[in-house]
Amino acid sequence: MRDKVSRRTIFAFIGPAVVALAAIGIVPLLYAGWTSLHFFNLTKLKKVKFIGLENYWDVLTDEVFWQAMGRTFFLLGTALPLQIGLGMVIALVLHQPGLTVLKTLARLSLVLPMATTYAVVGLLGQVMFNQKFGVVNQLMGGADINWIGDSTNAFAMIIFWDVWQWTPFVALVLLAGLTMVPDEVEEAARLETKSRWTVLRFVQLPFLLPGLVAVLILRTADTLKLFDMVFTLTRGGPGASTEFISLMIQRVGFRGFDQGLASAQAIILLIITIFLAQIYIRVFYKEV
Amino acid sequence: MTARVQRPLWGQIILLCLILLICVFPFYWMVTTSLKTHIVALQAPPAWIFEPTLQNYREALFEDGVLRTLINSLVIAVCTTMLAVILGVPAAFALARFEFRGKKDLWFWFITNRMVSPIVLALPFFLIARNLGMLDKHITLILIYLTFNLPIVIWIVTDQFRGIPYDLDEAARLEGASQFTIMTKICLPLAMPGVAVSSIFAFIFSWNELMFGLILTRSEAKTAPAMAVSFMEGYNLPYGKIMATSTLIVIPVLIFALLASKQLVRGLTMGAVK
Repeated sequence: MRDKVSRRTIFAFIGPAVVALAAIGIVPLLYAGWTSLHFFNLTKLKKVKFIGLENYWDVLTDEVFWQAMGRTFFLLGTALPLQIGLGMVIALVLHQPGLTVLKTLARLSLVLPMATTYAVVGLLGQVMFNQKFGVVNQLMGGADINWIGDSTNAFAMIIFWDVWQWTPFVALVLLAGLTMVPDEVEEAARLETKSRWTVLRFVQLPFLLPGLVAVLILRTADTLKLFDMVFTLTRGGPGASTEFISLMIQRVGFRGFDQGLASAQAIILLIITIFLAQIYIRVFYKEV
Repeated sequence: MTARVQRPLWGQIILLCLILLICVFPFYWMVTTSLKTHIVALQAPPAWIFEPTLQNYREALFEDGVLRTLINSLVIAVCTTMLAVILGVPAAFALARFEFRGKKDLWFWFITNRMVSPIVLALPFFLIARNLGMLDKHITLILIYLTFNLPIVIWIVTDQFRGIPYDLDEAARLEGASQFTIMTKICLPLAMPGVAVSSIFAFIFSWNELMFGLILTRSEAKTAPAMAVSFMEGYNLPYGKIMATSTLIVIPVLIFALLASKQLVRGLTMGAVK
């Protein structure tokens, strides 16, 4: 049995981290809460005044806010199935026996996209998808597609880069699940049936489920956070066609200077995030 | 029999090569574009064969000040990583070894930090930093990066401490060792792999970060990603130079990522997948 440790000892160990995280994580949030209850415009700082919940009312009835939210979940809804589908194929290919060298190379190359600086992914997008001298149009047989200046194409381009960067992550998570299946179970199943689908559905899937749920929740959180790559690639444009929720709040707060309204938007985003995180914890961290 | 083995093998080879190609091609294009002169970079259709030059690197590093932003990024990433380890390791030890009230809530709070959008903190942090005259200072970014570095260090190292048999602690306690001695002398050496991996993560996340760098710095403490973005103004974009800067930013993280490739997935899921 573990012996009792005095509260002072516990605090000495955990206190500094808690104080630091509270100072940089909670104090700013309280300040954001205060700002959100005020008319607070960076260009009119003399006119800061308490307006109660007016900012919140404005956000909740603001079409633009909910459109950005809808766009964010639409991106998630289109990119995530692609990532899971392609990731599954990659994981199964890597799980097949043989070709050790080539498989190791492929696995190492999968690490590269997800470590790449998000901002650089956006810059790469600018260069490769340029209408005139981009390599993508060249590889499509000299196509003349305006990727960055057209709303639908720009959205497709964002999906492409999100899929490029995060499919490897999904693939490696699923591969980890596949290696958990005991060899003798998998072999016995293969003797029973020739159908790969049956093996996947009834033998391997149960081992993949925890990973799939983790992917679902982490991709949701990351899509709500998505900023760097889109900012460098399209800045939310053309129009508002790729303006996702974090970009929109940044625009309102720093390009529109309305810190009060942006803070209210941020707090609402935070509430949505915590709601999702609650589910996350309920599902995964039972053991603590 | 051989035919049945051969056919799926070819499919496998093609798929594996395709994975390699798609993952690596953007980097190939980035590096080659960075070696093109401004005129070649703006050629339509793009050139695949050309005479490489290091001119973009020379100009970016020494004339446009990319070198200084890289140093800024390095200083900030190293300091915030060290701070996260110093604060995070004892906290992880407490979470792994001690029983106390509110542990679950504390845990929940640590993990939630991983999920919060940085824009939520960027707004108030900007106002606070402005009021305190802390805009454009290294220390500001070092501190705010703790919001994601500290949780990742705590998460990975707690997991690592849990894996160390408790008997070792007990034996040391019978010898009269304090908890602090047990942590530093017995558990920490065994937990070093976790500390190393979480440090690599903290470094990569800090080095890669753009939004805070963009909002909280102007010139003195400007980070390399923020610098790369500031090239993106006007019509005649210096694509060669932008790609040269991108290459300089990406190379160190790719090396670190390959070093930690086995643990990368585990770290990104914060251990949700064992």
